[in-house]
Amino acid sequence: MTARRTPEPGSWLGIPPFPKAAPGALDKAEQRRNLRHATTSIREKRAERADEVADWEQLRTAAAQIKDRTLRHLEGYLLEAEGAMTAAGVTVHWARDGAEANRIVTDIAHAKGIDELVKIKSMVTQEIELNEHLEANGIAAWETDLAELIVQLGNDLPSHILVPAIHRNRAEVRDIFEVQMGRYGAPAPAAMTDDPAELSAAARSHLREKFLRARMAVSGANFLVAETGTLVVVESEGNGRMCLTLPETVVSIVGIEKLVPTVEDLEIFLKLLPRSSTGERMNPYTSFWNGPTSGDGPQDLHVILLDNGRTNALADPVGRPALRCVRCSACLNICPVYERVGGHAYGSPYPGPIGAILGPQLRGMDDPKDAALPFASTLCGACNDVCPVRIPITDILVHLRREAVDHKKAGRPSAERVAMKAAEWAMAEGPNLERAQGATQAAGRVLRDRWIGPLPLPVASRWLGARDTAPPAARTFRRWWRDHHDEDDR
Amino acid sequence: MNARDEVLRRVRAATTDVTDADPAQDSPIDWIYGRALPTDDVLADFIEKVIDYGATVTRCTADDVARAVADALARLGAASVVLPPGLPESWAEAIGSGVGVLRDDPPLGNADLDVVDAVVTTAAVAMADSGTIALDHTEGQGRRVLSLLPDRHVCVVRADQVVSDVPEGLAVLGPAMRRGRPVTWLSGGSATSDIELTRVEGVHGPRHLAVILAE
Ligand code: SF4
Repeated sequence: MTARRTPEPGSWLGIPPFPKAAPGALDKAEQRRNLRHATTSIREKRAERADEVADWEQLRTAAAQIKDRTLRHLEGYLLEAEGAMTAAGVTVHWARDGAEANRIVTDIAHAKGIDELVKIKSMVTQEIELNEHLEANGIAAWETDLAELIVQLGNDLPSHILVPAIHRNRAEVRDIFEVQMGRYGAPAPAAMTDDPAELSAAARSHLREKFLRARMAVSGANFLVAETGTLVVVESEGNGRMCLTLPETVVSIVGIEKLVPTVEDLEIFLKLLPRSSTGERMNPYTSFWNGPTSGDGPQDLHVILLDNGRTNALADPVGRPALRCVRCSACLNICPVYERVGGHAYGSPYPGPIGAILGPQLRGMDDPKDAALPFASTLCGACNDVCPVRIPITDILVHLRREAVDHKKAGRPSAERVAMKAAEWAMAEGPNLERAQGATQAAGRVLRDRWIGPLPLPVASRWLGARDTAPPAARTFRRWWRDHHDEDDR
Repeated sequence: MNARDEVLRRVRAATTDVTDADPAQDSPIDWIYGRALPTDDVLADFIEKVIDYGATVTRCTADDVARAVADALARLGAASVVLPPGLPESWAEAIGSGVGVLRDDPPLGNADLDVVDAVVTTAAVAMADSGTIALDHTEGQGRRVLSLLPDRHVCVVRADQVVSDVPEGLAVLGPAMRRGRPVTWLSGGSATSDIELTRVEGVHGPRHLAVILAE
């Protein structure tokens, strides 16, 4: 076997310790403190930036309506986008699943004799595990977003949609850079401290040579405008612009739900997304393109339109709104469960409330891990209120819990079924929920090391039990949430 | 069945509940596009928001742009600057003799641009509410790589190019996008908050953005 070209990533089945030589990872308590600090600060910024916009609620409504229109008439918009892109000189590919998309990228690289490429941070390439497929085919894929670089060099897994290395502190980042940068390119400067500015500067010089050398880049897209075939990538660091400008070939992998009908529709999404996501009025850089421009930027452009389970979600009118998601991560940052357990617990690149509804819809419920995801929630509903495209996340969770039960109906009464009954009872009326929580607090005290959540859900306990997650104090999430917010108000 | 036909077939099968084939009738959208924000002083709003990103803004009269550009380059400590085709010749003439001036005509290589200190460009439109400047990379704005590799970007925006908000900005950019122009939006300089959410300015793009607002 030939040596790997890129660092071996962690596995969703178990996170390998890194760096092995470096001091041990933070204990879980400190990791939770980091995560809490991070999510608290992002959600405060989000709230401030949303409040600045007088017609915020109308924007959210319009965004949901535009996405619904697109999804309900998706075939027409896909054909329109395909036509516009083709006319603009883009080669359009279609992929039924991740394996097919991965093969297309590999074939394009091989046809050009390319054995390394640079990547823009992209959730969809995480979803289809593109990097590992490329590695297996002798192509090195370099992540260029700072957080993704930390994750990649750290043999790690992303734990957040927006800030994938949110679980790492500065000292760990320094250790990772010090040990790993030199192995895979320009080494870190000799006397690098753990000052984030110095660490960012190290990433700048480490990646600069890769950008200048790269002949091919892979991106996702935040939006694809059907009318013009325009792709939109929003980012902060400029690594996206580097990837979209310097190499001669760019391949963009775009989930079929990323469409919006017209250029003007972007006025809604480009106001909602940055404020919901990073809590900025606008992200530093946004790139728009719809084909090669003579003498300017890449001349060979490819777009892969990817299904990979999206049509499963589309076929379910109750679950369909999950496809409105613009991956802003506001629902993660507000979620009490996410804040407690962190991103890795969800076992997929899509963590938090959106992961709990998207995972089972994209992948189905055959894997018990996916069937358990809809139970990874307290149904407190905070996510519904911040979602910029008004996805009724908790409604879909309840719906999927029912599906999880149905999925098992043929067999003996399953834990999910029991759990479902309890959940339905508890959700029927408010007081029931309070009572259920009170009753299960006792259980919480008894099963301290195994139990989490306000509802008597054996599934949730299994879900968390399998993920090495410390349980919270024996009190309900509702109370915890209230206390927590009181603290924030003080 | 090839992948295209199969994906389209699945999409069709997944949306059989939709009976009205007209998207507008089937799914109305309650939104009026292209509206301005009722901002009292659009220029003041733009300046405030740009400064909030850590960029600088210099106001000057239309006659004074050449000098303001030269001053900005001096202030940024640029020893070399690249100028895209289409800028007024007076701007180049005003640049101090200590600053090496390169022209992107014929186009420079990436390795050359990587070691140039600064770039000067104009803009297509600016959006006050979010402090965003848009380039459509036509005359005076340079190829995309020009405003990317050099470390300092001096961007000249005319006061009449500043609109209140994103909807008006997209209305201005729509025709260029429909013609297939690439467009880049800049809101402050490159930044990251990936390490413990500490904001660090200047990762890969220009680390300094100096805006000159010509009235
Ligand atoms: S579900 Fe909504 S809040 Fe969550 S990431 Fe998607 S768009 Fe953002």
